[in-house]
Amino acid sequence: MSMVASAATRAAPAGKRRGYDGVAVTVPVTIPYVRYSTRSAHWWLGRALAELIRGAGIAKGEVDGVCVSSFTLGPDTAVGLMQHLGMSPRWLDHIPMGGASGVVALRRAARAVQAGDAEVIACIAGDTNHVDSFRNTVSQFSRFAQDAVYPYGAGGPNASFALLTDYYMKHYGASREDFGKLCVAQRDNALKNPHALMKKPLTLQQYLDARPITDPIHLFDCVMPCAGAEGYLVMSEERARALKLPYARVRSTIERHNAFPEDPIQFRGGWAMDKDALFDHAGVAPADVDFLETYDDYPVINAMQFEDLGFCAKGEVAGFIRANEFTIDGSFPFNTSGGQLSVGQAGAAGGYLGFVQALRQLTGSAGRTQVKDAKIGVVSGFGMINYDRGLCSGAAILERGATQGEAA
Amino acid sequence: MTEPLVKPKKKNPVLRTRLATLPPVPRSRSALGLTRAAAEGVFEMQVCADCGTVQYPPREVCGSCLSEHVAWKPVDNRGELIATTTLRHSNDLYFRERLPWRVGTVKMAAGPSVVAHVHEDCAEGGTVRLTLKLDRSGQAVLHALPEKDTPNMNDAPQLRESTCDPKFRRVLVTDGKSATGMAVARAMLEAGANAVFLGDASTWKTVPAFDKLVASDPRLQVVELDVTDTDSVDRLAASIGGKVEILVNTADYLRDGGILNRKDVNLARDAMEVNVLGLMRLAQAFGPGMCFRAADGSNNAVAWVNILSIHAHAALPARGAWSASKAAALSLSQTLRAELRGAGVRVMNVFPGPVDEEWEQLTPPPKIAPSGLAKAIVKGLQDGVEDVYVGDIAEELRTRLRENHKAVERELGQ
Ligand SMILES: [Zn+2]
Repeated sequence: MSMVASAATRAAPAGKRRGYDGVAVTVPVTIPYVRYSTRSAHWWLGRALAELIRGAGIAKGEVDGVCVSSFTLGPDTAVGLMQHLGMSPRWLDHIPMGGASGVVALRRAARAVQAGDAEVIACIAGDTNHVDSFRNTVSQFSRFAQDAVYPYGAGGPNASFALLTDYYMKHYGASREDFGKLCVAQRDNALKNPHALMKKPLTLQQYLDARPITDPIHLFDCVMPCAGAEGYLVMSEERARALKLPYARVRSTIERHNAFPEDPIQFRGGWAMDKDALFDHAGVAPADVDFLETYDDYPVINAMQFEDLGFCAKGEVAGFIRANEFTIDGSFPFNTSGGQLSVGQAGAAGGYLGFVQALRQLTGSAGRTQVKDAKIGVVSGFGMINYDRGLCSGAAILERGATQGEAA
Repeated sequence: MTEPLVKPKKKNPVLRTRLATLPPVPRSRSALGLTRAAAEGVFEMQVCADCGTVQYPPREVCGSCLSEHVAWKPVDNRGELIATTTLRHSNDLYFRERLPWRVGTVKMAAGPSVVAHVHEDCAEGGTVRLTLKLDRSGQAVLHALPEKDTPNMNDAPQLRESTCDPKFRRVLVTDGKSATGMAVARAMLEAGANAVFLGDASTWKTVPAFDKLVASDPRLQVVELDVTDTDSVDRLAASIGGKVEILVNTADYLRDGGILNRKDVNLARDAMEVNVLGLMRLAQAFGPGMCFRAADGSNNAVAWVNILSIHAHAALPARGAWSASKAAALSLSQTLRAELRGAGVRVMNVFPGPVDEEWEQLTPPPKIAPSGLAKAIVKGLQDGVEDVYVGDIAEELRTRLRENHKAVERELGQ
């Protein structure tokens, strides 16, 4: 463990955590995104579940655990969805953690499989996007948002992120060019991903010339809200092998909520408290990581994840970005699907996008976005601007289990 | 530096009048503590009685020690403006019509970080003063203002949205001939009103001070208005209703007398005719027109002012019938407030103690000078509050009513 972190800024040493031995994560599924959908969230989640069952080659009844994330499922919860989909699971969870949902769902499901509470768990996230969905979600997002943010211009997440981007740029040395480099690389990656909604290349000049939305946020700093769904299965390695499914193993995971409440404005996330625990538990170092999939609703959050996960020191992100290439074949393959900035943000599915893409990388099924010889990947999640900052953070270190060729 | 407001041009009657939209209304019940503070013009936040933590946004319990004893208390309103942004897009109609809009994060000296509307004269990184104001929906919002007043700062469009400044607005003073009415007219002119209509219910009566006032400024215009006569009220509304942006109801019928010392209800009926039904007639005639013009440019219709009395809250038995009419007017004003809120027109109630004018001749001092009352009304409009208590007697009774209303009742009856 690093000796420099002060007691106040890192997690207290936890008791010895058990590993995730014997757990397989498999069958990455994406229901292709559309800008607007007249379907409801139930349709998107139902499609994801169907694709998982089809992909695993199992009967519907063999899925005995389900974990759901969605913003637009209301008034239903995961419970109502089970009757809607005719499921009778013996294990059910509903994770309302937005961009951290993909990682947190894995944490819950992996332990349930290890404990024998369920054998095959479908983790699904999806949202519809009607013409007025986004405004409704934003205006009713949380009590603090309703009381203390929305009445101030109703700018939604753009406004909240504009404030912390403004602060971050002034105090931590990142420039628009640095953010632009990440966005351009992600677009380049997205052009290789058939699911990405953005199909045109993006140049740095186009990024810099884009119209301001909420200073210093400009057009290409914003995700496009859309409809879509993502999913994956968690089961034992034994079961995955029996089903001849390519899979990934879990080396370690973390989650943290409402980290650093004393910070006057968000300039770091919960990863900064837990990164040592994450890498120590996994037995790997940041240098061993072959690719990184972050939650990227705005470029500033990517920069924070580089720092807070330990890929560079706080305040050195500009140098890190300038020294690396972030394309699939670059020195630091990053958001290899194109990320939400280029694929689209399908509500809670945005919290699964990086996770599902990481599974593709580690099972050798990433197609033209495949990072060569990818063995270790880090996925991180971030979600829920409740008042002025994102409250949920999580990360997982995954490794290659059996790839397509090996499983067959 | 704020650009001074430009005097609005004469309205083109062919153009469509922009209808009123409101900023977002929903708030948790705890957050309405801010609304109460803003309506009264004070700066308060939740303070934990057990650990002293000042917290924001409002919570049900202390976010630091989980104590349930959190009370609204005055706190230091200064802070550092640590981040700002200018919105060029909004999800809400009201803001869409008013873009660009500046907001920011203020780290308060008292502890919490708050998101606030930010005045254009505030520099990022600098010290700001936070103030609680009611927005057009009638709910509280935080405004960050420059540390020290800057020239024309009240003209800034974002701030003007939360206030009812008389500058460049047209005002109807319903009884312009009373000492209070004349003082209000003078104060409005001084505050930059574009026009003041002086209601006159007794054109046959010559009042030299009134004639002198009317001759002193071309912005003054005498209009016939008897609030006890529905036709008179309607006639005036038909003639100037589309031009009234602030209405100050100064009409009052003040006479001594309780219940048992009389054998009839004539005095009570007369007081009700002026103070209660008069208010209702005015509201029915002028309210809809004001609502229609509630978002009509920089001189939109903004405020309805009732001059009530501290005795609207606690009867003065020596003037029992009059006190009852003021209490009834207060009740009616709450309904009016609810009905005007949908358009964003504010109802401001003024609660003075005794005013130094002819019907208070025998009331011992302290009494409020009409000019002092008028000044308090203008300040209340400039601050954008809902309740204004004027004078030492009003302030004292207000405090004592909170402490022990039965004691006040006994003492006023002696
Ligand atoms: Zn406390």
